[in-house]
Amino acid sequence: MKNSIEIRDLSLNFGAVKVLTDLNLDIHDGEFLVLLGASGCGKSTLLNCIAGLLDVSGGQIFINGDNVTWKEPKERGIGMVFQSYALYPQMTVEGNLSFGLKNAKVPKSEIAKKIAHAASILQIEPLLQRKPGELSGGQRQRVAIGRALVREVEVFLFDEPLSNLDAKLRADLRVEIKRLHQKLQNTMIYVTHDQIEAMTLADRIAIMKDGLVQQLADPRTIYNNPVNKYVAGFIGSPGMNFLDGQLKQGKPASFQMAKSSIDLSNYRFQQTFTDGCKATFGIRPEHIVVGGAAADMPFSQEIEVEIIEPMGSDTLVWAKIESQDFRFMLDGQVQINTGDKVRIGFDPTIASIFDEETELRV
Amino acid sequence: MMKEPYGPRPGKVLNPTRIMVYGVLIIAALYYLLPLYIMITTSVKGLPEIRMGNIFALPVEVTFAPWAKAWDSACTGLYCEGLKTGFWNSVTITIPSVIVSIAIASVNGYALSNWKFKGSEVFFTILIFGSFIPFQVMLYPLVIITREMGIFGSLWGIIFIHTIFGMPILTLLFRNYFASLPEELFKAARVDGAGFWGIFFKIMVPMSAPIFVVAIILQVTGIWNDFLFGVVFAGTENFPMTVQLNNIVNSKQGVTEYNVNMAATILTGAVPLIVYFLSGKYFVRGIAAGAVKG
Repeated sequence: MKNSIEIRDLSLNFGAVKVLTDLNLDIHDGEFLVLLGASGCGKSTLLNCIAGLLDVSGGQIFINGDNVTWKEPKERGIGMVFQSYALYPQMTVEGNLSFGLKNAKVPKSEIAKKIAHAASILQIEPLLQRKPGELSGGQRQRVAIGRALVREVEVFLFDEPLSNLDAKLRADLRVEIKRLHQKLQNTMIYVTHDQIEAMTLADRIAIMKDGLVQQLADPRTIYNNPVNKYVAGFIGSPGMNFLDGQLKQGKPASFQMAKSSIDLSNYRFQQTFTDGCKATFGIRPEHIVVGGAAADMPFSQEIEVEIIEPMGSDTLVWAKIESQDFRFMLDGQVQINTGDKVRIGFDPTIASIFDEETELRV
Repeated sequence: MMKEPYGPRPGKVLNPTRIMVYGVLIIAALYYLLPLYIMITTSVKGLPEIRMGNIFALPVEVTFAPWAKAWDSACTGLYCEGLKTGFWNSVTITIPSVIVSIAIASVNGYALSNWKFKGSEVFFTILIFGSFIPFQVMLYPLVIITREMGIFGSLWGIIFIHTIFGMPILTLLFRNYFASLPEELFKAARVDGAGFWGIFFKIMVPMSAPIFVVAIILQVTGIWNDFLFGVVFAGTENFPMTVQLNNIVNSKQGVTEYNVNMAATILTGAVPLIVYFLSGKYFVRGIAAGAVKG
């Protein structure tokens, strides 16, 4: 597949602080790539480097095979949407949309045509003569997307575009961005700290931490086969349960805790391990089975309910396995009370096991 | 029976705190207005009335002759043409100086806040340091510099001097204001293909009306009230109003015409006063906006 953006050995330092070190990333043509990470992980910095708003300290950036490392933002064929919308307050919506085109000396008739087209896609035609101050947050972000749209760029860059919106609007606009991508088939790079946005929008997700890409894969792989404990804990809400114990070799291999052990006969190991090494066993709360079916699972145990958090559709239940915190999801309609004894069970084949020292997947 | 507390709390119109606040404010206002009152009443009195010595008394007979004389025929040194030449000299000095200094300082501030270059912080520090050096220290070197440039004692000379001395404070003002504007706007404009001047004129300047008003007020009052630079650099035929006022008030021959002196002083101070009255609220607002981020 053709690559739209290639990043080679990219480094960026702010004085003595190394924000990005030797970062390599290939983004396919027409792909929706999400850069996901906690704040301060370097994801926005990376986006600004791709946009040309920050000068890199080392490495190269290619857009459509073109080495743009030293080029100005306007020469890179990119459009960018910012978290704070960054609309020019003194211009009307139309003025905002046409600003880039006027700078590029596009003829007037052409500008009008492009604005009309973008406005109809984003359904902002009635707003064209208004000032940004008279628009709601959702409308402003639509205009901001329109500003990138009219320039018919190859690559769209989104810097946390939905973070300033309230939850309902965020969900609406998320779908609209997805629809826009399906329609335009442009390459899009999207920075967010919201895993739901990442999971729902992305073709591939790059999870970043400390300026390094931890895992680059499609959402399904990231969710099911996290490469390390950080990724496993970052993705999923509520977060994955982690149980500490030891790995025992043998037929079958097993995960030993103080009193009980988990049979790992069907777990697909990705690397060999030494007998008795310390490890963390991770299982997602939504993969826990409760009640009658639990007894049939390869691992099953009776536990006492400590705290319940009803969330409407589901209920999150807190309990303990061998005095380690353990959470699981129940259907919201099930009646349950603190202090109840419940039988839970799960299938270790869908679990993830990490070496305690390296935190890498075993 | 007392009613249960409900809705807005009833406020007392007069309580001790309020009496104190208003009392202090009224006394302070009177204290500062008294000189103005004396100036105005004296300026419309005739000389015989002034000699009676009741400076607080209201004029018995109002006359505007002292005003006319101050404007048109009072003697400033050798010439007896009143303040009007000085007024127009001040106008021709102030307008270009204000425009040039603000034009340069706004670009300076913009470059220093948005287009940081290697050493820009050092450059800025040096510039600000300039504002801490007393003017008098630089006077003689500047006389030599302007002489070598061939603009000493001319309109260009005085405009040059005012532009230089306005630079530190104005650059600081503009830099801080531009730094308080959202950085993403600047980034968005760069992505949209606008260059250094495009961003400045189309994005930054239209958003900066308050700070331009502050800069104009600062410069108009500062340059209009200037005496030292005017007397040194402007040359005899360009003496600003302040210099001529001094010549009227301090001339030691014949009778001291207090009423003419008062009228001349009010006329000279009128321009900054009017500027401040018309735009005072923008001034406060702009200073507050510029002060947020350092």
